Amino acid sequence: MRYVRAKDSQDAVSLMAAAMDPMLLAGGTDLLVKMKLGRAAPDLVVDLKQIAGMRDISPEAGGFRIGAAVTGAEMGESDALMAAWPGVVDAVELIGSTQVQGRATMVGNLCNGSPAADSVPALLTAEAMVRITGANGERDMPVAELLKGPGETTLQKSDIVTSIWLPARPERAGDAYLRFIPRTEMDIAVAGAAVSLSLDESGTVLAARVALGAVAPTAILVPEAAKALIGSRLEAPALEACAAACSAASSPIDDRRGTAEFRIKVVGVLAARAAKIAYNRAGGSL
Amino acid sequence: MSKVHVSTSINGDEVEFLCEPNETLLDVLRDRLNLTGVKEGCGTGDCGACSVTLDGRLVCACLVLGAEAEGHAIETIEGVAVEDELHPVQRHILEQAALQCGICTPGIVVAAKALLEKNADPSESEIRYWLAGNLCRCTGYDKIIRAVQSAAAEMRGAQA
Repeated sequence: MRYVRAKDSQDAVSLMAAAMDPMLLAGGTDLLVKMKLGRAAPDLVVDLKQIAGMRDISPEAGGFRIGAAVTGAEMGESDALMAAWPGVVDAVELIGSTQVQGRATMVGNLCNGSPAADSVPALLTAEAMVRITGANGERDMPVAELLKGPGETTLQKSDIVTSIWLPARPERAGDAYLRFIPRTEMDIAVAGAAVSLSLDESGTVLAARVALGAVAPTAILVPEAAKALIGSRLEAPALEACAAACSAASSPIDDRRGTAEFRIKVVGVLAARAAKIAYNRAGGSL
Repeated sequence: MSKVHVSTSINGDEVEFLCEPNETLLDVLRDRLNLTGVKEGCGTGDCGACSVTLDGRLVCACLVLGAEAEGHAIETIEGVAVEDELHPVQRHILEQAALQCGICTPGIVVAAKALLEKNADPSESEIRYWLAGNLCRCTGYDKIIRAVQSAAAEMRGAQA
């Protein structure tokens, strides 16, 4: 194995293209574990952290561009980011321990391809855009287009996600992410749900997006669950319809962390609770 | 495999070493630099026994490549006491018997010190969340939490 610090993203793309089985290194909290357990044996590791902009959180077009090497801890320390996208920041900060937060990145969480990745449902509801540098230059795509299956993305071998852009937050809008784990910290989501919504002046939901994690091969958006919230003030029937739509959209597996039956039930409960938090953050009162 | 030459700072000293490209910082610290206060528990970032700081940020040394240390500043348990003077966290852990086998203790000291540098007056729940990535399998956590609380109180008093 060789270890190389890429000078810029084009350099990283060229290095990746020339290697047999290369891997990118940002925080390394997934990569080094895979290497230790023998699940990855790259011939080349390309470290992205020295590339200009990779460690920056920058305001852009009313929103924020978050570099691929920005850690969870750094996101949590950004008051402006926390004010605009608290659900996204909460989701990222749920990943691992304090030690893991000091290294792990949101882009890595996305590109690792875990169906249970905490940040991904929140990124889907935020309508985040992924910026990729590849063999044919730079392109932007919605997060949903990058998702493929457990441990897989639609990225090509030499594609590098250089940043994620979170859009401007509309007026009277809020987001939230909740997950279920059997303990209170340091675990992988058994199920997760994110909600982002905006309100009109009377507190009625104008627009909403609902996304789920760990209940399908990838995180999924559930438009029917969003539809159940739109036009409501989160009265009980709206929340029940939202939860039912989430349960109906789920196709989870049984594993040692939870049964499919439990996941289907709990993901709806989480979505309804996340909707209430998002609603309060948007300035609504329940 | 050709080795990587790394220049870094460890506990304030300029250090140079050669390591394999896939060698972790944990293995470099223990096996090449003889800093064996840094413990290996799981090797996969779950237990926190190898906690060190990298540019002031708490990390697991098992999840960092030695090569990544180039140009950065690392602090380990060996740099916590100033000569014979223990850090308050170390002293309170000793005085309150907040350790048994001691394997988790260096990581807990490094992690708790990092917390108190960021937050001089953490609540019990903040301490518990901060230390959630430091597993202890014999002492239990209550004595550790109490020791961190009394170290924090002493440090606040010392600053006043």
